[in-house]
Amino acid sequence: MELSRHWRLQDQRYRLVGEVCDTCGVKIFPPRDICPECSKPAQELYTFSGRGEVYSFSTVYNAPAGYEEYAPYTVALVKLEEGPVLTAQLTDLGDQEPEIGMPVEMVTRKLRTEGDQGMIVYGYKFRPALAAAV
Amino acid sequence: MRDVLIAGIGQVPVGEHWETSLRHLGAKAILGAMEDAGVDRLDGLYVGNMLSGPLSQQEHLGALLADFVGQRGIEALKVEAACGSGAAALRVGYAMIVSGLAEIVGVVGVEKMTEPRGRETTAALAMAADGDYEADHGVTFVALNALLMNRYMMEHEVSHADFAGFAVVAHANGVNNPNAMFRRPITAEQFVRSGVVASPIGLLDASPIGDGAAAVILASRDVVRALGGSRPPVRIAASAFSTDALAIHDRSDLLFLEAAARSSQKAYEQAGIRPDDLDLFELHDAFSIMAALSLEACGFAPRGGGVRLAQDGAIALDGRLPISTMGGLKARGHPVGATGLYQVVEIVQQLRGDAGHNQLPNPFWGMAQNIGGSGASVITHILQAPE
Repeated sequence: MELSRHWRLQDQRYRLVGEVCDTCGVKIFPPRDICPECSKPAQELYTFSGRGEVYSFSTVYNAPAGYEEYAPYTVALVKLEEGPVLTAQLTDLGDQEPEIGMPVEMVTRKLRTEGDQGMIVYGYKFRPALAAAV
Repeated sequence: MRDVLIAGIGQVPVGEHWETSLRHLGAKAILGAMEDAGVDRLDGLYVGNMLSGPLSQQEHLGALLADFVGQRGIEALKVEAACGSGAAALRVGYAMIVSGLAEIVGVVGVEKMTEPRGRETTAALAMAADGDYEADHGVTFVALNALLMNRYMMEHEVSHADFAGFAVVAHANGVNNPNAMFRRPITAEQFVRSGVVASPIGLLDASPIGDGAAAVILASRDVVRALGGSRPPVRIAASAFSTDALAIHDRSDLLFLEAAARSSQKAYEQAGIRPDDLDLFELHDAFSIMAALSLEACGFAPRGGGVRLAQDGAIALDGRLPISTMGGLKARGHPVGATGLYQVVEIVQQLRGDAGHNQLPNPFWGMAQNIGGSGASVITHILQAPE
């Protein structure tokens, strides 16, 4: 059980809270307090829209311990509209085949359960962008 | 800077060593290297290993192995840089000799991976990635490489089958290496039809995990001269380390291994050679996509051109840039923290003329590149044949 680790990440996992660099203006996710572009301090919080597109994807058949019950599942690199790329699972695909360039949006889903009676870890996944939301 | 020479090498076959513990695997390789060098004392021992904690419930490998090779009392420590741990340990040993802090040291890479259940090893390997932002999302190490490969195939308009040459060449070379895990050839057709692990990566894109250990003895020229051994010493002409963002989503350019480019460039400058001067390249073919990206980053092909080298025979033993000459990670096997030392041991075999059926004609320069994670730690060494 790593209760505090998951608790600590809730702003990122539930709301995509990152940072914006005061100096060069680049948007940063996840937060790191130092801008990866200009190496200056960057501590101003910035909440991402959750909209982006699939940059690459892979369907995982051999899952690691803790994820077996979900296999096969599809993971992706998602390029957020504000610039950063993050790694997340795709969900709610239905019959749709994932493809590079596909518009997606963030949703909150169960990532896994820790142990037999453990807590449920929630976090971001991305689904195909709904037409009504565009 | 003074010369650092490789005075001896040792290795155990990569495989499933049910009968041999982590410490005895490591000790066999070290003792083999000490015998090869004709030495019975070391000033220090540096141990490359990634997963002894999670997979064998054993850390503190420096003191443990020093004691079990009869060197209780010396300086000894473990060095970790994920799958690059072996070459990272070599870099530490190199620094000790080149700086004059030591005269003769041992460097060993050791890993025992086949004891736990496969999915536990898979989860442990994912620790090389970003735990909070990659592994927690169910991304395996294979999946990270699959994300790279899928994007590569789209951007460069190549198919999965175009990568077959990497695995075919590695397996062909592994046949004649008694220390290789897989000693059977495969065909391009088998490569294409192998089961999917994480799309588009198939079983035959991926190197196998295994148990293994390989070691070298490093010494200054004075010490080697005094030893008067019969083994011609190979010189480490370059040693360079570079890092990149740990998570692949944080890379400035997903399809270019910046750390591999920087560390190989530094290595070429140290050795005073150009890529064309190399006679062989033991690259980090943990996955076929990694082989293609390494070739591009190290200056052997333009972007998108790495995969072409697998198609035109350039990387075979009789090609213009032989790679994976003893099977590479793909066929020799990839006991992660040991791999960097296997690469160097195999180049020493080639440069000494001891590579058996796979011997290249009079090679002079060999380069080994060991990659930690999916390109976040890249360590490059260039070796020069005995004069």
